[in-house]
Amino acid sequence: MSDLINFHLIPGLVLGSIYALGAIGLTLTFGILRFANFAHGETMTLGAYFAWTLIQLTGWHPVAVLPMAMGLTVLVALGIDRGFYKPFRASATIMLVIASFGMMLMVRSVIQFIWGVQVKALMPGIQMPVVLFDWLRISPKHLMIVGFALLLMFAVHYLLTYTKIGKAMRAMSDSPELARLTGINTESVIRATWIIGAALAAAAGVLLALDTHVHTMMGFKLLLPVFAATILGGIGRPYGAVAGGLVIGLAEELSSYNWIGTEPLLNPGYKAGVAFAIMVVMLIWRPSGLFKGKVY
Amino acid sequence: MDYGIFLYVISLLTMGGIYAILALGLNIQWGFTGLFNAGIAGFYAIGAYVSAILTTAPTARHLGGYEMPYPVAWIASMVVAGIIAWGVGKICLRLRSDYLAIATIGIAEIFRLILKNETWATNGPRGVSMVPKPFESLPGPWNQLAFLAIVLITVALIYLALEKARKAPWGRVMTAIRENEPAVRAAGKNVERFRMEGFVFGSMLMALAGAYTAHYLKFIDPNATDPLAATFLVWVMLIVGGSANNKGAILGAFLIWTIWSATEILTSRLPDELAIRTAYVRMFLIGLLLQIVLQKFPQGILPEQRPKPPARPATGPVETGD
Repeated sequence: MSDLINFHLIPGLVLGSIYALGAIGLTLTFGILRFANFAHGETMTLGAYFAWTLIQLTGWHPVAVLPMAMGLTVLVALGIDRGFYKPFRASATIMLVIASFGMMLMVRSVIQFIWGVQVKALMPGIQMPVVLFDWLRISPKHLMIVGFALLLMFAVHYLLTYTKIGKAMRAMSDSPELARLTGINTESVIRATWIIGAALAAAAGVLLALDTHVHTMMGFKLLLPVFAATILGGIGRPYGAVAGGLVIGLAEELSSYNWIGTEPLLNPGYKAGVAFAIMVVMLIWRPSGLFKGKVY
Repeated sequence: MDYGIFLYVISLLTMGGIYAILALGLNIQWGFTGLFNAGIAGFYAIGAYVSAILTTAPTARHLGGYEMPYPVAWIASMVVAGIIAWGVGKICLRLRSDYLAIATIGIAEIFRLILKNETWATNGPRGVSMVPKPFESLPGPWNQLAFLAIVLITVALIYLALEKARKAPWGRVMTAIRENEPAVRAAGKNVERFRMEGFVFGSMLMALAGAYTAHYLKFIDPNATDPLAATFLVWVMLIVGGSANNKGAILGAFLIWTIWSATEILTSRLPDELAIRTAYVRMFLIGLLLQIVLQKFPQGILPEQRPKPPARPATGPVETGD
């Protein structure tokens, strides 16, 4: 029992919160700009590398440099939008998918060029988990990850519910024509979408790096589960993305628990396949996702 | 001509030809039907592994020992890829192309996981080696030339078949679906079936290219499904060469492959540390090339040419193209 909680349930929640942050950004861009952004994973990687560099420069704690890393990533995302996505605003959205596919490799090669491909750690040394009631092991970094993810989710919730730009974003996502007719400035909504999406992606990257390490392929590895979480939650549904992220994270970690007998239910090598399987089931059974998102 | 350069040109043409098969496969999917396949590498690897396992001599390291003739193995690899493509298509083709893009990249990843984890069948990360190569018993450059001939003849046959299909009603329906789907539905065509055919045929060609690669290199490992090398290059080839144009696909394949492998030779002369870094610059530049072509020259080098509609006696010559 304690194994289930310590080694599967808690890591599942941690991973799930990271997926959720990534999926919110992806679902917003999918809903508002209407394309599947393949470069989203690379945005997460970029955030982690910015944080690593800032830590090297300042020697601060990862959480302290997180806002700066998010800011830098946002600037890059806005620059990429200006140079590579804006020219396709009037074209078929599949052009944006191709452009983002190319962007995925361009961003990754820039990262590999600047920082090299060696694995890096955000925080040196090993942290000992705190043991409660003799069996519950909680690692401080896991608490930090989940806590910070929750904080960001509440911030997004506030933004989308109570601010003017948040309401405009939801309007654009529900019906772009109607939004334009009511005088909503499309470009500023798109800018806000990139800002929120890139900031959350950077945070997801930094938090994942905190849990594991910084690596050039980390974002690509996140891409599939984050897409799965987006589809599971329903495209254009930020709350769905949170639920989807948590479900995918938990499902991935719980799938390798020894539910029957002593062997893991699923070879841990196939963990990444769980997200894909859930996605395929959703595409067959209910492409609109759990929260009645859009189906294109 | 220097013998070394001669051999280099042969290998350049052979790999260029294999990429031309991939680009022609993608051209059926994207160029004619408008389907986004982000998992070319997956189908390529399926073909490579199926053909390699079916033809290798018995070994304890992986599934094998069937020692089948090459044509059987190549057809089998295409059939397996076709069945998998059919399954993916069944799920995704009724949805918009973004979903197909996500699902195909997923399939490629899942297949890579299987290749890495099912060591009994695939020898895991160490890959399948000692794959036989057709005509390898021939002396000197002749074995290389014979293999090149197989590849080029295949490219020519596929090209002729696709040109025929493009001008036939089948090809015209495909283009019509891409341009105006509701109109095609209104005309009573089964859009899903045409899309499925395009997707399955394209994937089968990708598997054939994979099979050829396994025999050509005599070795295949899970890195063959690295989405970078296979998928992305093929996309750049098709977009630069001119999508929906079969000549463009072939031209793009040879052109981009020549640039890609020539720059690799240039950068490999640099000191080690610099050579590794410039490899990423190369990837970045090829990505930038794609973006520039996409934005400024979306038609590519050879733009699409629509087949002439049947002549109408009363109206005289009819304007073709867009």
